Amino acid sequence: MAKPLKCDLCDESATVHLTQILNNQIHKIDLCESCAESKGITDPNGYSLADLLVKPGEESEGMTEVLDSFEECPECGYTQKEFKKTGRLGCEHCYETFGPLLSSALAGMHRGDKHKGKVPERAVERKSFEDRLSTLESDLEEAIQKEHYEEAARYRDQILELKKAKKAEETA
Amino acid sequence: MLIESIFDGKSEMTEGSAKKCPVVLMTRIRLARNLSETPFPGWAKLPQRTQVLETCLPAVASLNQMKRGITAEVEELSDLEKQILVERHLISRELSGAPEKAGVVISKDQSVSVMINEEDHLRIQVIKSGYRFKQAWNSANVVDSTLEDELDYAFSSRIGFLTACPTNVGTGMRASAMMHLPALVISNQMEKVVRAVNQLGIAVRGLFGEGSDASGSIFQISNQTTLGESEEEIIKRLSSVLKTIIDQEMNAREKILEKDPNKLFDKIGRAYGILQNSHLLSSSECMNLASLVRFGVDLEMFSEETRNTVDRMFIECQPGHIQHLAGKSIDTNERDAFRSEYLRKQFENVERPVFTMDNSEKREDSSEADSSKGEKE
Repeated sequence: MAKPLKCDLCDESATVHLTQILNNQIHKIDLCESCAESKGITDPNGYSLADLLVKPGEESEGMTEVLDSFEECPECGYTQKEFKKTGRLGCEHCYETFGPLLSSALAGMHRGDKHKGKVPERAVERKSFEDRLSTLESDLEEAIQKEHYEEAARYRDQILELKKAKKAEETA
Repeated sequence: MLIESIFDGKSEMTEGSAKKCPVVLMTRIRLARNLSETPFPGWAKLPQRTQVLETCLPAVASLNQMKRGITAEVEELSDLEKQILVERHLISRELSGAPEKAGVVISKDQSVSVMINEEDHLRIQVIKSGYRFKQAWNSANVVDSTLEDELDYAFSSRIGFLTACPTNVGTGMRASAMMHLPALVISNQMEKVVRAVNQLGIAVRGLFGEGSDASGSIFQISNQTTLGESEEEIIKRLSSVLKTIIDQEMNAREKILEKDPNKLFDKIGRAYGILQNSHLLSSSECMNLASLVRFGVDLEMFSEETRNTVDRMFIECQPGHIQHLAGKSIDTNERDAFRSEYLRKQFENVERPVFTMDNSEKREDSSEADSSKGEKE
């Protein structure tokens, strides 16, 4: 006789078995009733887009993702549960926080997973400025730690120059 | 006072007569944008929402395009004002029900509106009458770039503009066309069209967006995907679908005229009779009658001026507008009476329709020319 299945999230016996075909792959999840309910799986109206996001990937991978779903965004505190409820995200950083779950869904939702449209110049400039600045700052720190003071002075000057150029640009 | 400036000013929706075309009533481009390092409006706390509004409202209001326009916080607006703005497609239902610290700026000609703290921090919208995606996109693009000089947008080089809902990420652009498709409705082909169009990643909705019905045979057709294609590519793809729908509608019109012209003439003639003589009219009946008269204009049964009257009625027969015209808040029955009285006046001097097959044949030629003209966009 088959062994009764255990819930994938806790050790209760599983009574809810969900099979879903996503990207031509079969995914199975076994849950006990209370876990199923807390995940919204028993809710007939609960099959929102966000539901699909929580269960993609291989079976084992799927499980870690179900567990991941309890995580929240470190920047804004938004939870996966909230996302499931509303289908919306909390802040721009949620795209990274829930990135692994989102990326496969985005491709299914859209006509690709890369942005090909307009690029806002200012946002990009700001980003490259920040990237450059943080590289220089870590270089500076490293140089100081290694007591390479000549190098450190050079990095310091470059940082000052970068900031000055940025400021001049802003006031222009 | 706000209402007066909206009514007194000429609006793209009701007056853009120069660029009228038989099937496409208006085109719209909407861009979703968010500020960097601030939670999206639905998750932001009150102080953050307040800050977004205080940053964005003056930045938007000082745009050249917004000169002598209207700037308002949603909390300052009366329910009737909000309803009228929704009926004019200048704000969304979501914004009109926004909890607090939401705002809107509307250009003087009512073709540009920017909503603040809706689903995203900024929703930039440009409306153009007729079939003019290119102009609408150019104008939205300029507004967007100008705002970007002032505001820091949330943007990822990999997945584009970051939006509250992942369905908008990428370009953040929704391009839509309001299409008048009476012949496809009369010949029961709309369901087939909707199904085919949906498969191409294009959505079909009623006049007032999601969940609204399609009274007046008016449908909103828009792109569903925003990531993986440039704005121009999205518009191009949507346009080719619109072109096919226009062809289908024109074919359906020809077929109806060929097979059973009397049935159609009867519908249009009756619509004219009701608009001139009724004493109770609901808004949805009014939409359907106006739709038939507009169909009649396309068939050259009515003068071209009548098209303007009809297009205005599509907006002015809505409950909020009727209450404003009545000058007070009135219940549904009174509204229906007032609406019919208003329409009797509007159609009093519209000349009787001319029903001849000659006209319809002439129309077929001109409509073909019109539809191909419309596609060149």
